[in-house]
Amino acid sequence: MNFKTCSTALAVALLTATAMPAYAQKAQNTVRFAYDQVPENIDPFFNNVRIGVIIGQHVWDTLVFRDPATGEYKPNLATSWEWIDDRTLEMELREDVTFHNGDAFSADDVVFTLNYVANPDNRSVTQQNVNWIENVEKLGDYKVRITTTKTFPAAIEYLSGPVVIHPGKYYEEVGPQGMNTAAVGSGPFKVVSHDVGRQLVLERNEDYWNENKQVPNIERLIIRFIPDRQTQAAELMSDGLDFIMNVPVDQAEQMGMMPNINVKSGETMRIVFLQMNSLDNTPAEPLKNEKVRQAINHAIDRQTMVEQLVGEGARVIDVICFPAQFGCSDEEATKYEYDPEKARALLEEAGYGNGFSLDIYAYRERQQTEAMVNYLREVGIDANLRFMQYAAFRDANRAGEVAMSHQTWGSFSINDVSANTPVFYKFEADDVNRDEEVRDLLQTGDTSVAADERAEAYKKALGLISQRAYAVPMYSLTSYYATADGLEFQPYPDEIPRFWEMEWK
Amino acid sequence: MLAFAAKRSALALLVAFAVSIIAFTLLRMSGDIAIAIAGEGARSEDIAMVREAYGLDRPLFVQYAEWLFKTLRGDLGQSIFFKTDVATLIMAKLPTTLMLGLFSIMFALALSIPLGVLAAVYAGSIIDRIALTVAVAGQALPNFFFALCLIIVFSIQLRWLPVSGSGTWKHFVMPTIALGYYVTPPIMRLVRAGMMEVLSSDYVRTARAKGLSPASVIFKHALRNALVPVVALTAVQLGFLLGGSIVIETIFALDGLGYLAYQSITHKDFPITQAVLLLLSATYVFLTLLSDLANAWLDPRIRMA
Repeated sequence: MNFKTCSTALAVALLTATAMPAYAQKAQNTVRFAYDQVPENIDPFFNNVRIGVIIGQHVWDTLVFRDPATGEYKPNLATSWEWIDDRTLEMELREDVTFHNGDAFSADDVVFTLNYVANPDNRSVTQQNVNWIENVEKLGDYKVRITTTKTFPAAIEYLSGPVVIHPGKYYEEVGPQGMNTAAVGSGPFKVVSHDVGRQLVLERNEDYWNENKQVPNIERLIIRFIPDRQTQAAELMSDGLDFIMNVPVDQAEQMGMMPNINVKSGETMRIVFLQMNSLDNTPAEPLKNEKVRQAINHAIDRQTMVEQLVGEGARVIDVICFPAQFGCSDEEATKYEYDPEKARALLEEAGYGNGFSLDIYAYRERQQTEAMVNYLREVGIDANLRFMQYAAFRDANRAGEVAMSHQTWGSFSINDVSANTPVFYKFEADDVNRDEEVRDLLQTGDTSVAADERAEAYKKALGLISQRAYAVPMYSLTSYYATADGLEFQPYPDEIPRFWEMEWK
Repeated sequence: MLAFAAKRSALALLVAFAVSIIAFTLLRMSGDIAIAIAGEGARSEDIAMVREAYGLDRPLFVQYAEWLFKTLRGDLGQSIFFKTDVATLIMAKLPTTLMLGLFSIMFALALSIPLGVLAAVYAGSIIDRIALTVAVAGQALPNFFFALCLIIVFSIQLRWLPVSGSGTWKHFVMPTIALGYYVTPPIMRLVRAGMMEVLSSDYVRTARAKGLSPASVIFKHALRNALVPVVALTAVQLGFLLGGSIVIETIFALDGLGYLAYQSITHKDFPITQAVLLLLSATYVFLTLLSDLANAWLDPRIRMA
């Protein structure tokens, strides 16, 4: 008797004896969700984990809303906005919003929240999300002016994502610690209880004002913190949970075969690319030669890797950014076809007809790195895999010890190229190519406010990076979600499950 | 006796001290803590700011000395990750771990003593073989594997018990079994050996000759004496339990000290790691000391060593 028959038989037997929790959950209109990492504080400005971002989107609102389908920015808590000059943004605010504790939303809340979190003395742990704000002042009950520290066109993107608005009076009273134990926001869910480190219970906000999100279909959302992935899977299998994410590929396939579980894979914003050190002091001399780097681009069959190793929903990319990010254009990029013959020819031309060896560093998805190593071996390059923790790898990379690495970057789910490409090509710590032309173009993109100017600059920069083959852009990664049968749900690339949309069929 | 106690106590203190130094040094050497705190994607200015803020740029012995003096005054510092008092955090998580530890050791005793007695009374028979197999299996099975097996059988297939969490008594059944079974084998073997020795002694023969019932002989006369070394061993095994609790608490999502230690290591939250290590090693050292003293008190020959 195999496992499936056994469990089905027992399930039927127990159906008559005890109430099945899944039906109970459906009847109670509740979704139970588990996550492995515990946020040290559910206040979005005081934690650095994805579950914190997810909770942020459910309990609070942002000034701007980014439509996930079209990518356009829509009014949310702010009804309209305008750049007065390069560093000044004025916003009109909505007038009929109430926080969960009854406080009415107004300019005071925006002013207090943003000034508080942008103040380095208050030690927000998501500095990148707030340190571009210099000052916010009230221009009227429903009008504010935001001054940025430097020209920062991605401001709108940040104001539509991680930067939420707290009730000013309450936040001043209780501070981040108080927000952790008794959170108050204006979002589609209210916090009923927070048993720190164990469980967060949310219930739907019946008076939710917003048409961008919606009044949730489900009544309750229970978020449990379960550190072990196996335990999460066991809970889902025994009807103790209704939704888990980041399921390992092999487990996902097995769980998909169980009758009470549905498995879906969704693309994420995390991109994978091979970074190559072409500086003068690179540990691998051959990488200084553009032909060698181009050869490496031709040597790897990315399409096959996507189909066999990555997962459904992943796609091949040709430039170092995620396709939906603003400014991510591959129009000027060179598309390197998989062609081992051409790769060998190029290596011959460059004087490395007999191949060469180097170390390749990686810190995740080891089976993908090993596939890359195999492709390289096919064209005569002997890559020695060095697998380690991310922190150790980053130290080595920044010290110039890494010739080639299997890199990934999630951009913190920010939908703008400024959160991605410049990290690796603007002469910062992780730049192992240092091309001045690319840097200047990226700088233009990062600091112009006019959208078309930015797009043009980014397009050119990405094109140059591709033509000079500084890296091998590979593909986007997918994430697997497993849910109880009957829960309708749709994944999004920013890896934020939208519980307000979900419902029990 | 007093001299022995004093010597042993001084040794215990030295051990605790040495453990704290080793833990402190290893933690600092495991990588640049400032980078771990600042997080992925942090820029060099952020990292430098963190390094200065936490005093990580000072020499190692200065950092240790400061930590030691603060600890002796009862100030265990602040958690970098949770931003609360370390002492408060530990006090909050301690009850769960203590409960788990207590239930587990009680389960271990409830399992090992009867098994040991049975094995001794029927020494050499099939019952003895079965008992020994149970013991060996316990020593061979990694406790996380056993925990997962329990989950598969009792939660997924039978739906008798909840998989994880700590809400009701049902949540503690599997963790107790998994953790308790881990320390059962040595206790069971000691009970068996002690019983076999006692059962073949003169006074037991006398009791049997007097016509006392087998139950009375085994439990009233023999077991009492055989258990003396077991008490000492149990104290030490309780120490092992605390170590095993890290894995069990993580698997069963029990929010105790073990899980806190695991989190603090992942987050490089060194104030917590340091404090938990100190607490666990002090407890273990204390328990070992107790068992040493108990043994010495009961058997005067040990005091000479």
